[in-house]
Amino acid sequence: MLSLENIYLELEVEDQKVPILQDVNLNFEAGKMYALTGPNGSGKSSVARVAMGIYRQSSGKVLYNGEDISNLGISERARRGIGYAFQHPPRFKGMPVKDMIEMAFKYSDGYDCQVLRDIGLCPDQYLERTLDNSLSGGEIKRIEIATLLAQNPRVRIFDEPEAGIDLWSFEQLIDVIGNSHRQDTTTVVISHQEKILNMVDEIVLIREGTVSMRGSREEIWPQIKESAECPCRKSCRLEEEIYADCPR
Amino acid sequence: MLTALDKKLLQEIADLHGEPPGAFNIRKDGEGIERRSLEGIEIKPKKDQPGIEVIVAPGKEGTVHIPVILTETDLSDLVYNKIDIGEQANITLVAGCGIHNPGTGNAQHDGIHEIYVRKGARLVYTEKHFGEGEKGGKKVLNPKTVLYVEEGAYAELELVQIRGVDHTTRVTEAEVQAGGRLVMYERLLTDGEQSANSDVLVKLMAEESTARIVSRSVAQGHSRQSFNPRLLAYGPGRGHVECDSIIMDQATVRSVPEIWAENSEAELVHEAAIGKIAGEQLIKLMALGLTEEEAEEAIINGFLK
Repeated sequence: MLSLENIYLELEVEDQKVPILQDVNLNFEAGKMYALTGPNGSGKSSVARVAMGIYRQSSGKVLYNGEDISNLGISERARRGIGYAFQHPPRFKGMPVKDMIEMAFKYSDGYDCQVLRDIGLCPDQYLERTLDNSLSGGEIKRIEIATLLAQNPRVRIFDEPEAGIDLWSFEQLIDVIGNSHRQDTTTVVISHQEKILNMVDEIVLIREGTVSMRGSREEIWPQIKESAECPCRKSCRLEEEIYADCPR
Repeated sequence: MLTALDKKLLQEIADLHGEPPGAFNIRKDGEGIERRSLEGIEIKPKKDQPGIEVIVAPGKEGTVHIPVILTETDLSDLVYNKIDIGEQANITLVAGCGIHNPGTGNAQHDGIHEIYVRKGARLVYTEKHFGEGEKGGKKVLNPKTVLYVEEGAYAELELVQIRGVDHTTRVTEAEVQAGGRLVMYERLLTDGEQSANSDVLVKLMAEESTARIVSRSVAQGHSRQSFNPRLLAYGPGRGHVECDSIIMDQATVRSVPEIWAENSEAELVHEAAIGKIAGEQLIKLMALGLTEEEAEEAIINGFLK
């Protein structure tokens, strides 16, 4: 359904071109759930942002149902059926939740306010609230998830949906993401949470801007756990220097 | 008799679809053309100056519409209105001015409102400005509102100007007595070569007097905006000033909030921000399928809501 082919991405940081992604090749199929995981700053969100058109790759292609959408903007990709729930959703002074949900419905097949209930937010209490600092980070995040569900895209990318969400809501969140997944949709969740990694069909490990490992949960999960052990056991030169005097 | 154009202007500024409910006075091109008083709400022309007096009896509840419309070019209209809301009354007052300038000359309305909100009364006051015209004649609106909020009274002002007015200088002054509350929302959008100045002076005169001034504006094109909200506490009052502007294109926005306390028990806060629309906000809405222009409009509409 969605493929990234030979993706390279450089971003300009303080007048310097910084490589972010190198030779990323990924194929996300319909009916499957995927997790993108990896250390902070490894490039997981950048992969999602390239897929959504927020970042334009330096080279490579993005294909959606076989069509090269590399030159399409964010809006066009959204209208074709790609959706992205932000890790840090922006706030909007004066804009009611209702308006945001309605905008999400505009290009969807049609959902109703059940999406708010699904995520644990009572529509009567929240639809008229404004998306500003009067809402907590967790509330904003749950509304962001609800907005993506209202949009009802074929490809749904959740960027660290658990960030800022309390434990009780987290359980609900897992149910919502799982229940919203269908045979004709592709779900990609960027996450570090074991519970989320346990619910997907495939795990992709991103390290230093490239796909380091990829496979079924059963194949990959033990390797990820292994590689995530104490850094003192790894042959990283910098770490060796830092830990040179470490009694371990 | 109201023409189709008059009705359109009245709809724009006062959401009226016919004769206003309650008491009303409609002023057109410098003259009062329709008026209705009700028991407990008297509207009469002033004897010494152009304009009207609105006198609301104590305890009276109701709505009052006093819109002004201008449909001629080369016209300058000046009115002095006095509004007296009796003790414990509860009134919604809809003012505002709509200009259709059909020519190349100026069409200008200067409205000076002196409003008394007596002890324990409640006033919700809405003033909306609108301008249109195809031949380039300027639409100019200069309102001045002087408000006296007596002990335990409440006044809420909503002052709105969304596009169409070439130049405005707005002056709002208020004195709030003990236990009185004032809430003022100002919403403004300018475009092209338009300019808007707003000077606000609110005086908290005594204990438990409160004021909240919220100003939201969007400046587009080459337009210029200037805000100078001042909040003075002579007594142990509490007040908050918030000025927030979105600046776009080649526009200019100047915001100078001032707080001034003459009493050690006073609590005054001001906030002011000017900035462009955040890139992440645009991206978020575009990720819902909106074009960049639609996203920008949705953000501005929400901001000015």
